[in-house]
Amino acid sequence: MSSLAVRKAAPAAGTTPGTAQGPPRRRRIALVPTVTLLIGAVYCLLPVAWVVIAATKSGSELFSTFTFLPGTGFTDNIKDLNAYRDGVYWKWMGNSALYAGLGALLSTAVSAFSGYALAIYRFRGRETVFNILLAGVLMPPVILAIPQYLLMAEADLTDSYASVLLPLILSPYGVYLARIYSAAAVPTDVVEAGRMDGASELRIFTRIALPMMVPGLVTVFLFQFVAVWNNFLLPYIMLSDDEKFPITLGLFTLLEQGSNTPALYTLVVTGALLAVVPLVALFLVVQRFWSLDLLSGAVKS
Amino acid sequence: MPHTKLRRLVTISVAVTLGASALAACGSSDDGSDEDDGAGSGPVSLTYWAWAPGMDKVADIWNKGQGKKDRIQVTVKKQASGDTLITKILTAHKAKKAPDLVQAEYQALPTLVSNDALADIADDVDGVKDKFAEGVWQQTTLGSDAVYAIPQDSGPMMFYYRQDLFKKYGLDVPQTWEQFAETARALKKKSPGTDLTTFSANDSGLFAGLAQQAGAKWWTTEGDTWKVGIDDTASRKVADFWGGLVKEGAIDNQPMYTPAWNKALNTGKQIAWVSAVWAPGTLTTAAPDTKGKWAMTPLPQWSATENVTGSWGGSSTAVTTDSTHRSAAAKFATWLNTDPEALTALAKEGGIYPAATTAQTSDAFAEPPAYFSNQPDFYTRAAAIAKNTAPSAWGPNVNVAYTTFRDAFGSAAKNKSDFGGALKKMQDDTVADLEKQGFEVAE
Repeated sequence: MSSLAVRKAAPAAGTTPGTAQGPPRRRRIALVPTVTLLIGAVYCLLPVAWVVIAATKSGSELFSTFTFLPGTGFTDNIKDLNAYRDGVYWKWMGNSALYAGLGALLSTAVSAFSGYALAIYRFRGRETVFNILLAGVLMPPVILAIPQYLLMAEADLTDSYASVLLPLILSPYGVYLARIYSAAAVPTDVVEAGRMDGASELRIFTRIALPMMVPGLVTVFLFQFVAVWNNFLLPYIMLSDDEKFPITLGLFTLLEQGSNTPALYTLVVTGALLAVVPLVALFLVVQRFWSLDLLSGAVKS
Repeated sequence: MPHTKLRRLVTISVAVTLGASALAACGSSDDGSDEDDGAGSGPVSLTYWAWAPGMDKVADIWNKGQGKKDRIQVTVKKQASGDTLITKILTAHKAKKAPDLVQAEYQALPTLVSNDALADIADDVDGVKDKFAEGVWQQTTLGSDAVYAIPQDSGPMMFYYRQDLFKKYGLDVPQTWEQFAETARALKKKSPGTDLTTFSANDSGLFAGLAQQAGAKWWTTEGDTWKVGIDDTASRKVADFWGGLVKEGAIDNQPMYTPAWNKALNTGKQIAWVSAVWAPGTLTTAAPDTKGKWAMTPLPQWSATENVTGSWGGSSTAVTTDSTHRSAAAKFATWLNTDPEALTALAKEGGIYPAATTAQTSDAFAEPPAYFSNQPDFYTRAAAIAKNTAPSAWGPNVNVAYTTFRDAFGSAAKNKSDFGGALKKMQDDTVADLEKQGFEVAE
């Protein structure tokens, strides 16, 4: 059906440009982009499907049965994971939630303040600060991990929750995004109007600008949350106590048990699946804030 | 700045001479921390980075027994094993924050020593030497008078094969490597779809162990200079042997530890594995359906009169230079690796094969591993094999050699090309890196 529709629509669009905007246009299916996107979707979803299915397999099924044939060991896997070293997995999950949740919240707050300041106020050195931030955006955080470790060691903070949280608070990318967003979403007129009415700068920021910036800040928060949740190197270097490990590190220790102990594949696969669940849930919940975009922009009227 | 320079100078000289235990000993007694050690003079608490499963439970035995008496408490912080841990220890050491004790693989010891991260505990471990096989102990002294670690577990290499399938295909268990090659060819003739084993380049320890068995000494010192012998006759013999088998298609060339490899073992597509004493654990997960069908036997030999094996894996307990309680730490390390109760617990909780010779025949190893219930004397035979472990010679940049091995041999195996070239590259890269690090290297 679709190929027929495409063939019919093509000459129609060609002969009468501009007029054929009705039904024929809707039916037209762009074959190449659709196929490309489908391939992309399969490419992204296949590993996820693998994890989901592999998590249902018991140890003996994992490598011996057909890859996409669901196994019978899902509940046992969960039970084993639960029992592993008195449920240390859930401790890791909690740690990850703390690092990612609190870390992303703090860094969003800092990004909001500094992004707003950079966008609204004109002061000497503003562009310099912004350019340095841009350089920071280009700098992969990985290469900073070791210097940050040495700094933390000077302050005697290594192997603590703070050692992982502190370096996360300033995110150049978050500040950058917040600046761009507040420049676009917070009209100077509104700020001026607030000043005319005698509101303090802080009040203008918290009561007027912040609500307008929410969709952008949600984006910053999500970016940061996912980045921290998936972060490996920083906590790897900072932490030595496995009670403080986030989930990434914890699963790594399950894989690298030394040559005399086989890797706990089933636990790692199940653990990886469960570790994705909070991320998916977060996206589903927070997604709706994005649609506020249009509403919050409509201040001028 | 001058301080850093001085430290680097000290580091390099320690590394280069290695035998200069006097220097290292100076370093360890100068800080006066040792006075705080020992019983009755205030409690000592130690941190220990280890990856062996259940190590915390073993430490608990110490904390409640001997450690309570001596007022030395040990906290285990579980780590992931591997090269990354060495990097982590060295990073921590840079900030003077390394833990008191670390679990370290034998081949990592020279790297740690050359970075001045490990303390010489020779004075605290009198008489411990006799509890270990010569070839194992020598790895912790790096051929000097110093002692940088206490051996914990060892990985003597063995040959594992499917007993039932060897019978089915009418194959004899190879005693020499020549027979091994014949067996591989005979199997190919009888069942073209089946391979005796595979040559895998993803774990450099396997090849290192095989070269060690052939008599290779990859890193040696002559006075102040290092000599790298990766491309020596013994290693070349091993490389050419496996390269030849891969080239003629007598064995497979796919890497191990992959799902495909697990499947090949589980379904009898591969019927043997050159491995080490810890293989039962790996086979349990890799080939669960073939439990009880495997048998273990000594590694094939290069000549019928020989009886040596290499080692693959194994680790030790070391005391760091950052520790302020070195004697106490050495005391714990000694207890952990020589005390019968500790070793039994290590075997039970961590599944390790102890390096201490008396422990290898202790009650903990009276029963064979569950996977090898068909071979009741598994551990008796293992202990006999372990006695003849060839000495190994590790250097300060094993990681570089290993990485090059994985790349060069990995592609050589994949393309079925010459292994000699890969070995040459491994030699060249290792020498180049040593020189770059500032070591003197003999040509």
